[in-house]
Amino acid sequence: MMSEKKLNFLILLFLLLVPLFSMLLNDIYITTLFSKIIILAIAGIGLNLILGYGGMVSFGHAAFFGLGGYVTGILAFHFNNYEPIQILVFEFEGTNQLLFIWIFTLIFSSILALFIGYFSLRTTGVYFIMITLAFAQMLYYFSISWPTYGGEDGLSLSLRNQIPFLNTMDPITFFYICYVWLIITIILVKFILNSPLGISLKASKENEDRVRSVGINPKKVKLISFIISGAITGLAGSLYADLNRFVSPTILSWQMSGEIMILVILGGMFRLYGPILGAFFYIILEQFLGGITENWQFWLGFIILLEVLYAKAGIMSFLIKDKYDEKTSS
Amino acid sequence: MEFQLLIEQLLNGLQFGTMLFLMSAGLTLVFGVMGLINLAHGSFYMIGAFGAALLAEITGSFFIGLISSFIVAMFAGVITEILVIRKLYKKDHLDQVLATFALILIFSEGIRWIFGAYPLYLNIPSELNASVSLPLEIIYSKYRLLIIAIGILIAFFLYILTSKTLLGIRIKAGQNDREMISVLGVNIKTLYTIVFALGAALAGLSGALIGAIQSVEVGMGEPVLILAFVVIIIGGIGSIKGAFVGALLVGVTDTLGRFLLPELFKLFFDNADANLIGSSIASMSIYILMAIVLIFKPSGLFGERSA
Repeated sequence: MMSEKKLNFLILLFLLLVPLFSMLLNDIYITTLFSKIIILAIAGIGLNLILGYGGMVSFGHAAFFGLGGYVTGILAFHFNNYEPIQILVFEFEGTNQLLFIWIFTLIFSSILALFIGYFSLRTTGVYFIMITLAFAQMLYYFSISWPTYGGEDGLSLSLRNQIPFLNTMDPITFFYICYVWLIITIILVKFILNSPLGISLKASKENEDRVRSVGINPKKVKLISFIISGAITGLAGSLYADLNRFVSPTILSWQMSGEIMILVILGGMFRLYGPILGAFFYIILEQFLGGITENWQFWLGFIILLEVLYAKAGIMSFLIKDKYDEKTSS
Repeated sequence: MEFQLLIEQLLNGLQFGTMLFLMSAGLTLVFGVMGLINLAHGSFYMIGAFGAALLAEITGSFFIGLISSFIVAMFAGVITEILVIRKLYKKDHLDQVLATFALILIFSEGIRWIFGAYPLYLNIPSELNASVSLPLEIIYSKYRLLIIAIGILIAFFLYILTSKTLLGIRIKAGQNDREMISVLGVNIKTLYTIVFALGAALAGLSGALIGAIQSVEVGMGEPVLILAFVVIIIGGIGSIKGAFVGALLVGVTDTLGRFLLPELFKLFFDNADANLIGSSIASMSIYILMAIVLIFKPSGLFGERSA
């Protein structure tokens, strides 16, 4: 039992030291595994901004995750082919520079989130869950049926994209790139949550009418948060594409949306570091169960079921002692 | 020639739509009456198909297989409702989504454990595996016509059940005010179990009917589940009539979209491009339909109130 602050610090410290362990064990596998954990944690923090703090249950965040992946994959694909990207009469060069790729990813996933959010936020409750799912499914089926970038087979990148002076192919270097993005994400989301935007977002979740009565437009607050959330998840998708050097429609599927949602809830909604812990346990559980039985998904299902039925507040609340156990329902 | 092809596609769309209706009916009732989002509904579709394949194999009769798909899925529904689903009614949507997502993992992996990873086949008996001539020189599969007939029959049965029988009145009352009807002496727990099991049984039956055209395999339920959700959202949650209209709309849009859109684009682009763009947009067409419906009618075509 400890305070939340202390636990948060321990989580970050632990993740920072992982590559050291793996170097001692001479094991690249662990580093790659933890890069994956961190990337999913970033996606989870992005989702949690609207899910936990805004009460918007998006079942379509794979759309942003996948878009980030595909922006990365497509830019690198054109760079490797020396073929420019043609959009109507305009031509663009591909690139393998991560700094540009990240900027493009953020721009495109923000635009997509503006579009999806604008229409989805006209609905609430289960209709919101389903319309976000529908938009993600559109992209999923589009990616399968559009053959230019591999269709169902996906798109392979021969090398990871690059940053000047760094060797991104080195697992530990890539791990730390992800780690830096995790820190940036945490700082950004923390800043947002304490800003007028975040406060009115949390207020909109509780009571939209009261927010409106003090002169704030809750729709606008929700939409802006939705865009930020989509952009963060998109960036995670970009990192994921580079980690695997592969993108395929799987990262746009509804199972992907479900997975991101599960790790947020496993770790604990309403807490900034919850998704990190959730991603850690989810991936480790997957690896552990996968090691002992072929039918690991069966047991994973059981564990998630027990967690939902009997331990609503997530893993974080087991580990820390502060008393405010959330008002669970929205 | 073009005309016959068009009618054939239209019938395919109807067949697809009636199957979607069997899936959606349970989903929409369970949501409307109990307020539960059930992602595991696709698992009953799969369980029904596996049950049918197994029993048809043992008994050698396709029809025993069909009937057992209904019964097996119903039993699976009763057990699941009593062990898990019951605990979810009072929880929020998020918990329901997660818990039933977990149920999918359990069911899919459980079936794979028992039956192995290879698909099973359910063979249509030879007397149904033939074509039949319709007026206007249209030739169409007997089996698919049977599916359409079964679907329409069940739709009619459900309409009578929900509007003319005591059970249906209770279901409707439960939709409006669950406290009140339990005060009036209706055993609400049993009512919920019946509704859930009925939905599961219908899903199982449609799984078996479609399993005979395609193959019976793990994970067959999830794509259909997502489509069923599209159907009930378009139709309006809780409405059987909405599910029927929505299912036919989705079935016909999807089938005709794949057939007509490439033709349509041929007016503007050359052939290869038209096929590419047409089929890409066709694969998204039902989701576009759903988004349009929700944008103009945020609670679906026949939905009364926002959930």
